[in-house]
Amino acid sequence: MANALSTTATGHSAHLHGDYLDDPPGLRSWLTTVDHKRIGLMYLWSVTFFMIVGGLFAMLIRLEHLTPGRTIMSAEQYNRVFTLHGAVMVFLVIIPAIPAALGNFALPLLLGARDVAFPRINLMSLYLYWTGALMALGTLFMGGVDTGWTFYTPYSTTTGGGVTLMVLAAFVLGFSSIFTGVNFIATVHKLRAPGMGWFDMPLFCWGMYSTALIQILATPVLGITLLLLVMERVLHIGIFDPQLGGDPVLFQHFFWFYSHPAVYIMILPAMAVMSEVIPTFSHKTIFGYKAIAFSSVAIALLGFLVWAHHMFVAGMSTYAGAIFSFLTFFIAIPSAIKVFNWIATMWQGSIELRTPMLYAIAFLLLFTIGGLTGLFLASLATDVHLHDTYFVVAHFHFVMAGSNLFGLLAGLHYWWPKMYGRLYNETLASLGCVLTFIGFNATFLPQFVLGSRGMPRRYFNYLPQFQALHVASTIGSWILAAGLFLALATLLASLRRPKGMVDNPWGGKTLEWMTSSPPPTHNFEGQPLPQHGPYDYRPVPVPLGVERHEG
Amino acid sequence: MNWFERFLLPNAAATHASDVDGLFMFIIYLTIFFFFFNAGLTFYAARRWRRRSPNDVTPHVTHNTKLELVWSIIPLLVVMMIFFWGFKGYVKAAVAPNDATEIVVTAKKWVWQFEYPDGTRTLNDLHVPLNKPVKLVMHSEDVIHSFFVPSFRLKRDVIPGRYTQLWFTATEPGVQQVFCAEYCGKGHSDMLAKIHVDTDEQYETFLREGDEQVRQMPLPELGRQVYENKGCATCHSIDGTRGQGPSWKGIYGQVHMGTDGKGHLVDENYIRESILYPQAVIVQGYEPIMPTFQGLLREREILGVIEYIKSLK
Repeated sequence: MANALSTTATGHSAHLHGDYLDDPPGLRSWLTTVDHKRIGLMYLWSVTFFMIVGGLFAMLIRLEHLTPGRTIMSAEQYNRVFTLHGAVMVFLVIIPAIPAALGNFALPLLLGARDVAFPRINLMSLYLYWTGALMALGTLFMGGVDTGWTFYTPYSTTTGGGVTLMVLAAFVLGFSSIFTGVNFIATVHKLRAPGMGWFDMPLFCWGMYSTALIQILATPVLGITLLLLVMERVLHIGIFDPQLGGDPVLFQHFFWFYSHPAVYIMILPAMAVMSEVIPTFSHKTIFGYKAIAFSSVAIALLGFLVWAHHMFVAGMSTYAGAIFSFLTFFIAIPSAIKVFNWIATMWQGSIELRTPMLYAIAFLLLFTIGGLTGLFLASLATDVHLHDTYFVVAHFHFVMAGSNLFGLLAGLHYWWPKMYGRLYNETLASLGCVLTFIGFNATFLPQFVLGSRGMPRRYFNYLPQFQALHVASTIGSWILAAGLFLALATLLASLRRPKGMVDNPWGGKTLEWMTSSPPPTHNFEGQPLPQHGPYDYRPVPVPLGVERHEG
Repeated sequence: MNWFERFLLPNAAATHASDVDGLFMFIIYLTIFFFFFNAGLTFYAARRWRRRSPNDVTPHVTHNTKLELVWSIIPLLVVMMIFFWGFKGYVKAAVAPNDATEIVVTAKKWVWQFEYPDGTRTLNDLHVPLNKPVKLVMHSEDVIHSFFVPSFRLKRDVIPGRYTQLWFTATEPGVQQVFCAEYCGKGHSDMLAKIHVDTDEQYETFLREGDEQVRQMPLPELGRQVYENKGCATCHSIDGTRGQGPSWKGIYGQVHMGTDGKGHLVDENYIRESILYPQAVIVQGYEPIMPTFQGLLREREILGVIEYIKSLK
């Protein structure tokens, strides 16, 4: 610690004030806090709560599919359940999970900053999140919503229920996401520790920065689109509904112009976590720093040019289809580069298979499947067959749910000691990871085959020939749920252990490990100055400025 | 088809399917190869370089330009190949041949309606000739639906307010499953249809006499369908109210006074003549405006109309 950190004269000791968890104490101080760590934790537990809610809906969907036709609910109930599962998981869980929870907690620490650039806007973001969440759940009392999370017109403008409220909830949640993005961009630009250049930042910060770019550029388009939808529903202004003179496919263009980049809001943060966890547990410098950093930015920018690959069968012109297919394939390249870089980082390393690393390896495997199955959908001829089948469901669960979830859990197990100053039971945590991994694959691998055999998605009823694979998937979902509950219980059980003594349990080289666990309210005793690069694992690290990062 | 392909894909029953299946299987093998490649490297590294002591020293390798170029360019070449392969199949499926039989598809919550060139209509059962190109011109009456035939590897959204097209040449006789693939509400998963791929002979029979359902329908019921679907209802009422033409209610067995000044008994032959040669007798007080239905109605449908009129008492 001493040789990695120099303390300026103005710094005061953390030990005089206690850590950020207790100082200042009381619920009121938490609800009015502007501390990025507390906001991060409140986001974390809110996201966890909604993951359980969304997960329960998922379990109901899987139970319903044990038999064709009615098993436990009616078609109307099924349509409401899958809509809420999607809307809760996308808007309340996956989008905020890593940036707003882990990002808020870790980004300023990794940069050597005392807080994010706009702490009050950060708290505002959390309150908007809660407001949006209450609105989304409020639709349950208005007869629910049966549009699917994609709100396709003209179905969404003509069906009953709480569609307007749900759409406004997504609008409010969009602003919560924008506020986080604005904060991260300003924080990365302005609050890096003195001496920390752009290429001296840990790669997590590059990932958060790329994510934030998408959040502030794409989310406003969703906001406008949703407002147009509300105007059509409430004021009957014809925008999307052909009965009123509108164009239903226009909605799909608008919607995916946000929602495709949003897919990268979900995956880039998970990739960002990998770039921290893998070097730490390989005790080796990251391979291809710049390639990973730029591939994050490349994915963020390319993500804006591919939205219409969701519409290859929507009656778009053949040439538009060809162009969007062509551009989509380019996203495969930066994704492949990242995977190969992480494997190369492990190569000749000194690898410790502790829980975060197990999650990282699981991520690599799931992301490989998720990424490669994207090729079927990017390719025009095969997409025509697979579009809107369970193949797509399986593919996006591997990338959005699986990769994001395993990224979140890798990061959570990685920074848990920093958050709470305690280690968890490593055996149980590893078992949780293995169970979750097995359960995830058992749930979603059969869905690829369901889809390629022709089972359409969002089907309440199905033909008997699909039953065996549905049953396999449902059994998988029970294993998945068991794994996740074991992971959660293991983490919570660690809170009963005494606090302290885990300032740097993994031997990390980035700045967050140079302060106490849990950190003091202002993160560091004085201003930390990075003495070497973020991934310098040489016995004698080379001081910053002497050797720049290359590659 | 090997066992693996048969496990993953439904049977292939249209010319287009082979274009898709070759590419599908190529990407499957590619996916399996790269999955085991990545997993193998990861597991190898995790075993071979397991941390042995806290003093382990690792090499400080920051990058390797040659290696990075290799693992960027190889995926690029592979995906470009997949792009062109997929594009080829898509374009082929986009342009229907000129001699394709056109069938109009109307989707609405939650049924598929098909209309053939000769005016025949069917509900949820599409009859197509074997080995002949068929073009579907599709539109929706309410929300977006999607016409999906897994065994043809084809799918196209069916949209209100515009027409979309789909064409295929079925290569296997028998019945193929159609699904609605775009979520459309409560009945979405029951919005199914069947494609009956008929031999030439079967298709001729279908066009001449209607499908199985029509062939077995009681005559008065068939007549009612003709009355509703073929335009009779525009001019002839069935409740006695006066329209452009005489009402059908209770006319069987009556005598119509024609403009020729003669009385005409309304019997089977009179009704048949009125359908096929409507100008032969014009009932007094009505204009000679009825078009002929010669060639538009099947023999059995004419019988149906006669029986239907008999039933209107």
